[in-house]
Amino acid sequence: MMPKKVYILALLIAGCALCKTCFAAPVSSKELISDSKAYNGKVVIFAGEVIGDIMRRKNFAWLNVHDGYHGIGIWAPEGLTKEISFTGSYKAKGDWIEIVGVFNRACPLHGGDLDIHAQSIRKVSSGQPVIERLNIGKRNYSLIFLGALCLILILRKLS
Amino acid sequence: MILRPTIDDLKNIGYYLGKIIIGLGLIMLVPAVCGMAFQEINPALDFIIGAEITLIFGLILTKICHSEKELSWMQGMVVVSLSWLVAAVLGAVPLYLSGHWKSFLDACFDSMSGFATTGLTLVQNLDHMAYTHNLWRHLIMFIGGQGIVIVALSLFVKSASGAFRMYVGEARDEKILPNVVDTSRFIWLVSIAYLVLGTVSLAITGILCGMKPFNAVFHGLCIFIAAFDTGGFTPQSQSILYYHSLPYEIITVVIMIAGAMNFKLHYALWTGSRKEILKNIETIGFFITIVITFFITAVGLAQAGVYPRAMMLFRKGFYQLISGHTGTGYQTIYAQQFFADWNHVALLGVVCAMALGGAVCSTTGAIKTLRVGIIFKAMIEDIKRIILPEKAVVLQKFHHIKEVFLEDKQVRSALLITLAFIVLYILGALIGMFYGYPFFNALFESTSAAANVGLSCGITQAGMPVGLKLTYIFQMWAGRLEFMSIFTLLGFLVAALKGK
Repeated sequence: MMPKKVYILALLIAGCALCKTCFAAPVSSKELISDSKAYNGKVVIFAGEVIGDIMRRKNFAWLNVHDGYHGIGIWAPEGLTKEISFTGSYKAKGDWIEIVGVFNRACPLHGGDLDIHAQSIRKVSSGQPVIERLNIGKRNYSLIFLGALCLILILRKLS
Repeated sequence: MILRPTIDDLKNIGYYLGKIIIGLGLIMLVPAVCGMAFQEINPALDFIIGAEITLIFGLILTKICHSEKELSWMQGMVVVSLSWLVAAVLGAVPLYLSGHWKSFLDACFDSMSGFATTGLTLVQNLDHMAYTHNLWRHLIMFIGGQGIVIVALSLFVKSASGAFRMYVGEARDEKILPNVVDTSRFIWLVSIAYLVLGTVSLAITGILCGMKPFNAVFHGLCIFIAAFDTGGFTPQSQSILYYHSLPYEIITVVIMIAGAMNFKLHYALWTGSRKEILKNIETIGFFITIVITFFITAVGLAQAGVYPRAMMLFRKGFYQLISGHTGTGYQTIYAQQFFADWNHVALLGVVCAMALGGAVCSTTGAIKTLRVGIIFKAMIEDIKRIILPEKAVVLQKFHHIKEVFLEDKQVRSALLITLAFIVLYILGALIGMFYGYPFFNALFESTSAAANVGLSCGITQAGMPVGLKLTYIFQMWAGRLEFMSIFTLLGFLVAALKGK
């Protein structure tokens, strides 16, 4: 039987090794871009809103996820994207997701793009359609200016 | 003795300015109608309000300043320089109403950036912007790329001589066809033909990339407009990186190069003179400067070691370089990566490419390769004069649509504009440094603004100082009009104040 101290030492070494390759707290896109060298090749957690299209490519898909600073491309197996129901646009607030994946400063698979290859995706909160309500102020102003425009046209005709 | 402008001068300027403003107001109705079709009611209202204000302003101006007289050279230049300023302010109204800009100045910044086909932007939350506003952002690039006055020429102005004076004021001193109105119509014809072709190619590529068909077509249209007019706005915040697609990048490179070509060269190609492309001083100059600047960039990137494979280095380096050289400003890297990952040698290549620009009579800004070619030829001529016997007659010629003998007048003009651009680049860099940015970052952004490029290293953002925003607006305006009409406007203002 191994002594207790050896177990503790082994656990500490394993912990240190994990720290080198994985960041437990979500990292912002700002940090990833400005300090890309430090994060390159490491497993990171990145969270943000899915925006635009989910672009399917054979068994994979590209997602663009925006965390409030920048959008970052996420390359994910198609199966991981099935949970996503809303993507951000003028008419919708996109799902907020958390991605665990390998960060690439210059991805060798994708021509040097800065991206994340997802290992897992978790939906943190669901998006929703944005219902547009008529802005009464804008409507009123447009009518006032229309009246002024008509008046000018009439006066031009008369003079 | 300086003569004070007369009331007739002011009336004539006001009348033509009013006509251009009316043209702008009518064009604003396009996104208004599209907004209704997209069922984006509030964005449509933004454009209805914008169009109404613009039309009211234009109608009042044409009524008060009604004139039947021809434009003089001075008046034509003043009309052009003022019309770009007024268009930037009025074009910003619907943008500001959208709520995507923090202040009206920021909206004016983007409006000027759009009209001047620069592509620097202060927009907020672009990924949630309505199609209607996105359409306008790209439409103003199309209008600006063709030349605001060209739009008006095509719509309203029938008199050729007055039209030519405004045409020259917009930094297009070459007539493709004998009549300037026909020239402007030819430019429209070429642009619309390429628009259809480019949009279809990008839309198909977008669908194959996995985009929804409507988005693929809309993005195709926007990306084509901003690439051909060497503008650089995109519908999404990640620029071209959003698409994660090599074919998309290749197509945009082709469109950017087409946009950076002289419309005279397009005309030659359309009329079957394909050999012109191999002989023209501009295409040769463009090719040589691409090779040199890309070599510098590639050496820098290899030193920096950010792209371990040659193909990656080529794809990233060449794309940013072509984007800079053509004055487009599309990016496949993040703005911050320029200074975080690239070294100064690589950036020097891009700055030089941005500073040089594309062809004259195209939609690019900057010094332009024809002027670089003329200066180079003049240097060769001077060297020959030194080497050859004193009695030898030295004649230098170059090919630009036809064989042209180099004259001192051409060299002086090329050198003056080149000098003015260099002063503008350095002036912007110094102002950037005044606000605390490092010299090279400030020079990068200043060159990008003054050369109407739109590549950013991260300085351009809503939080930057107001003084720097105003500096870049001035640089975009001056760079797009190539100084002459702006100098005339300044002279006009001095005459109005001090003249007798």
